[in-house]
Amino acid sequence: MAKQETKNQGSDFLTDWKYAPAPEDNKHIRLNKKYDLFINGKFVKPAKGKYFDTINPATEEKLADVAEADEKDVDSAVTAAKNAYDKVWKKLPAKERAKYIFRIARMIQERAREFSVIESMDGGKPIRESRDVDVPLAANHFFYYAGWADKLEYAFPNRKPQSLGVAGQIIPWNFPLLMAAWKIAPALATGNTVVLKPAETTSLTALKLAEIIQESGLPDGVVNIITGHGKTGAAIVNHPNVSKVAFTGSTDVGKLIQRSIAGTNKKVTLELGGKAANIIFDDAPINQAVEGIVNGIFFNQGHVCCAGSRLFVQEGVADEVIRKLKQRIETLIVGDPMDKNTDIGAINSKEQLLKIQDYIKIGKDEGNDFYQSSCGIPNKGFFCRPTLFINTAQSSRLVQEEIFGPVLTIQTFRTIEEVIEKANNIPYGLSAGVWTDKGSKIFNLTSKMRAGVVWANTYNKFDPSSPFGGYKESGFGREGGLHGLSGYLSM
Amino acid sequence: MANVIIPDFKNTPVVDQVGIEERIARLNTRSIKKASKLQGLKLALNMIDLTTLEGKDTDAKVKQMCYKAMHPHDALPGLPTVAAVCVYPTFVKTAKAALKGSNVKVASVSTAFPSGNAPFKIKAEDTKFAIDNGADEIDMVISRGEFLKGNYNFVFDEIAKIKEICGKIRLKVIFETGELSTLDNVRRASDIAIYAGADFIKTSTGKISPAATMPVSLVMLQAIKDHYDKTGIMIGMKPAGGISTAKGALQYLVMVHETLGSKWLTNEWFRFGASSLANDIILQLEKEAKGVYYSKDYISID
Repeated sequence: MAKQETKNQGSDFLTDWKYAPAPEDNKHIRLNKKYDLFINGKFVKPAKGKYFDTINPATEEKLADVAEADEKDVDSAVTAAKNAYDKVWKKLPAKERAKYIFRIARMIQERAREFSVIESMDGGKPIRESRDVDVPLAANHFFYYAGWADKLEYAFPNRKPQSLGVAGQIIPWNFPLLMAAWKIAPALATGNTVVLKPAETTSLTALKLAEIIQESGLPDGVVNIITGHGKTGAAIVNHPNVSKVAFTGSTDVGKLIQRSIAGTNKKVTLELGGKAANIIFDDAPINQAVEGIVNGIFFNQGHVCCAGSRLFVQEGVADEVIRKLKQRIETLIVGDPMDKNTDIGAINSKEQLLKIQDYIKIGKDEGNDFYQSSCGIPNKGFFCRPTLFINTAQSSRLVQEEIFGPVLTIQTFRTIEEVIEKANNIPYGLSAGVWTDKGSKIFNLTSKMRAGVVWANTYNKFDPSSPFGGYKESGFGREGGLHGLSGYLSM
Repeated sequence: MANVIIPDFKNTPVVDQVGIEERIARLNTRSIKKASKLQGLKLALNMIDLTTLEGKDTDAKVKQMCYKAMHPHDALPGLPTVAAVCVYPTFVKTAKAALKGSNVKVASVSTAFPSGNAPFKIKAEDTKFAIDNGADEIDMVISRGEFLKGNYNFVFDEIAKIKEICGKIRLKVIFETGELSTLDNVRRASDIAIYAGADFIKTSTGKISPAATMPVSLVMLQAIKDHYDKTGIMIGMKPAGGISTAKGALQYLVMVHETLGSKWLTNEWFRFGASSLANDIILQLEKEAKGVYYSKDYISID
């Protein structure tokens, strides 16, 4: 045994440890050059033959052409849905409906990887989130509502629940596939047929879902998926054969919808904007609360209607929380959504990025303390660093208006009465978070919050069995859970 | 320590177990590939305290382990040594002689390891004996019984007195977290040890299951971080027992990296107490170098 020289080598690897790129493979993804409208079980060209581009917000490269549906297309979609409702779907035994919904859930699961990759390519969200949150939850919604289809009489005893007819559904760009699942699954379970329009920047996963629906053998016309801009959405809302409108999106559009259906007997649920308070008491588990703040506002680039965008910290721990929050956001990786290590992906569109940048400028002009992560961002694509505005005033526009981006405002408070008052002092009321070690404080506060969902010692938790929806200008009606069925039934 | 204010250990910061587990789950989604994997694996190898703590230990067994510590796998050039070997006090002399001329340190367990149930006089003697025999580092155990009784001052004083005996020799304080039962207790034990003078805090003896877990380690890292932010003093961390795979080791490194920063990513501030981990790292490094997995028969045990 020759004695070798031993040395405590180290210099070659004791430098700063950087994670090498770990991109999710997208070679297996087959995207068509052109996507048509899914009407009556077939992909058909739009009447006027118009298409628009859908791009990858992380690279600004075009992914595909997507059809622009006009009023004529909307009419054929609604007519197909109406026929399917009258001739097939309404008459089908409930347990047969359940089988189709269950099959769609299984097929989403089987193609989960493909869905997550396309979701990240088209929408800019990090693959970690589309893989671990969006797609599994979308499948779960179908599974969950498949179970309810033949049990509606038990969900609403002695009330004879009846389906409504054609549901017109318009969904936003922040969770494209998941929102489609939130809308389609309960509508089918309750025996309605569907015309769904995804947002114009994120149509691809909805169209992939159309492929699955076609393969699943669901009777033609039961689900129709048509693409386009706001005008297409308006045509769906105004169509006389639509009996139910379900909309998730901005409060402005929500008000518009309310106005246009006034005087009709259309049933409506609206899930609109939010500006949630995330409240940290001085007895909270601080390290976990900081994590919750990060999950609350930086999840999905802050494009979440229930994002915890207003942070309230009790004065005794404010310095500590803010220090830790700054340290924590330095470890967030901003960049390529396809990299498995990316925490914050691309802002969904240029328009949205400009809006966020406007708000950041407003915040700076107002003279708020400003902090942004020092991380680098790619030259191409739409990106925004995680941003904090510290010691903002309740009257600041940043606190009052929904930004829908990775921008957090921080206010301090002294007493529980003060924080409840300030948290409720906003036109919105979708969600809230509270962090404390004391259970009694949680129950006291949650009962006084005017918010549809209040999370305690956690944030942004979603489950198909749990209802979701807002107070005040955050909309009305509930989605998810048993409550989510009632919006699609007359009783 | 003169101007450091000792906190009230009855009021240590609270820990939310669900939140800790969520954070771990998120950390574990980090994907460590290519250059960062290679770098991480070498780093992990260099952080190992190669350990044998058995009743049946012999001089020859310790000598063989010491050679392995200096020459983890000569077939693959460019590998670092491990950080230290960890033995019972009676084998310190043997280990010290076997490691002569290398930078590999000798760590000795002490204070009636693993139970810690002995009068202080004996714990002190145990420690002195190890130091007199040439130990570079002392791994002591806390009195878990006294801790669980709420007798925090007793635990604090014991650590402080052992540190006094150690002087400049680095002291690692073992909590045996598997016996402390809650994360709140782990945080409390961390604060007590850090303020009492520990240079390193260490999860387990390896004799109790569960040994080191990621949630427990994260709580300890957060205690180190909070103390560092307050005082500017760095404390080391050593998870021990239960970490046997290269992938697991990389997950620990990610956790340290994102909790404490890269300053802690050296064997001066972070160690793995492990016996079989080294071989799995070598197996993975061989695979990175040659593109195929080797039979384990190509890698020496010890």
